Amino acid sequence: MAAQTSGSGTELAATGLDETGGLHIDPMHQFEIHSLANISLGDLNADFTNSSLWMVVTVIVASLIMLLPAARLVPGRMQSIAEIAYEFVANMMRSTIGEGARPFFPFVFTLFMFILVANMLGMIPYSFTVTSHLSVTLGLALAVFILATVVGFVKHGFGYLKLFVPSGVPVVLLPLLTVIEVISYFTRPISLSVRLFANMLAGHTMLKVFGGFVVGLGVLAGWLPLAAMVGITGLEFLVSFLQAYVFAVLTCIYLNDAINLHH
Amino acid sequence: MEAEAAKFIGAGLASIALVGAGLGIGMIFGNYLQGALRNPAAAPGQFANLLLGFALAEATGLFGLVIALIILFVF
Repeated sequence: MAAQTSGSGTELAATGLDETGGLHIDPMHQFEIHSLANISLGDLNADFTNSSLWMVVTVIVASLIMLLPAARLVPGRMQSIAEIAYEFVANMMRSTIGEGARPFFPFVFTLFMFILVANMLGMIPYSFTVTSHLSVTLGLALAVFILATVVGFVKHGFGYLKLFVPSGVPVVLLPLLTVIEVISYFTRPISLSVRLFANMLAGHTMLKVFGGFVVGLGVLAGWLPLAAMVGITGLEFLVSFLQAYVFAVLTCIYLNDAINLHH
Repeated sequence: MEAEAAKFIGAGLASIALVGAGLGIGMIFGNYLQGALRNPAAAPGQFANLLLGFALAEATGLFGLVIALIILFVF
């Protein structure tokens, strides 16, 4: 949806000037996907794009953080980062799911690290934010949704359907509430993916727009939006971490529904 | 009215959803501070819930922003 600028607009946006010669900054330009290497599987377009490139970079950086530091009894800086990340996710899973959490730790930890590193790499100027595309986040969210559903049915059989029937409500309200529960269950992947995608898209667009103010106002008044930019950049780092955290927590909550059926 | 103008007005109206996000975030942090000042010992235990509430409240407002962007760039 970001690649909707007209042909001439894209070329001019690259030079930073519009038709009248004034300054023109396209905040959506940074989300454009372009192909780096053409690959096609039959009729399927499987190009290696800039999005794929940054996904590869994300996986490499996340792996380096976890694998590179030598395991010592007294941890160094890098090892501390790896240990803190491990402890953080492990504690989160223990407190939300409890005993049955262990088999799912690798999945949630991988998910958390991928989203966190992708968001953080996106904060580097002129890089590409992988998680700012709905196709990527929806893929991650569908993986969570399908895993939770499969685990629920494997653990409880058709008893998992009791999740949709809340206990302790009047019989008159039961059909209505069941319908609401079913709808809320099936909107989980949508809300999970749109939350991450919208946060990253909105944040990066805002940074670009404020950056345009700084350039547009020049030396005379440009320092005012520049000061705001510094604060907003800090906020964006917080949001980057928070969205990875929220994605992981909600994954845990959905898995908890599937593992420990409470209703 | 031109369709283009209606599009811009619609996108602007969709952005009003962010009012709710602002209210929600203010309420969450305000109430957390109120609770934390009354019982500082219990405050660190609820910090994770604070962040979760913040992110959930912010996201609902951003859904409105997504609709605004869809109106602007898809149609």
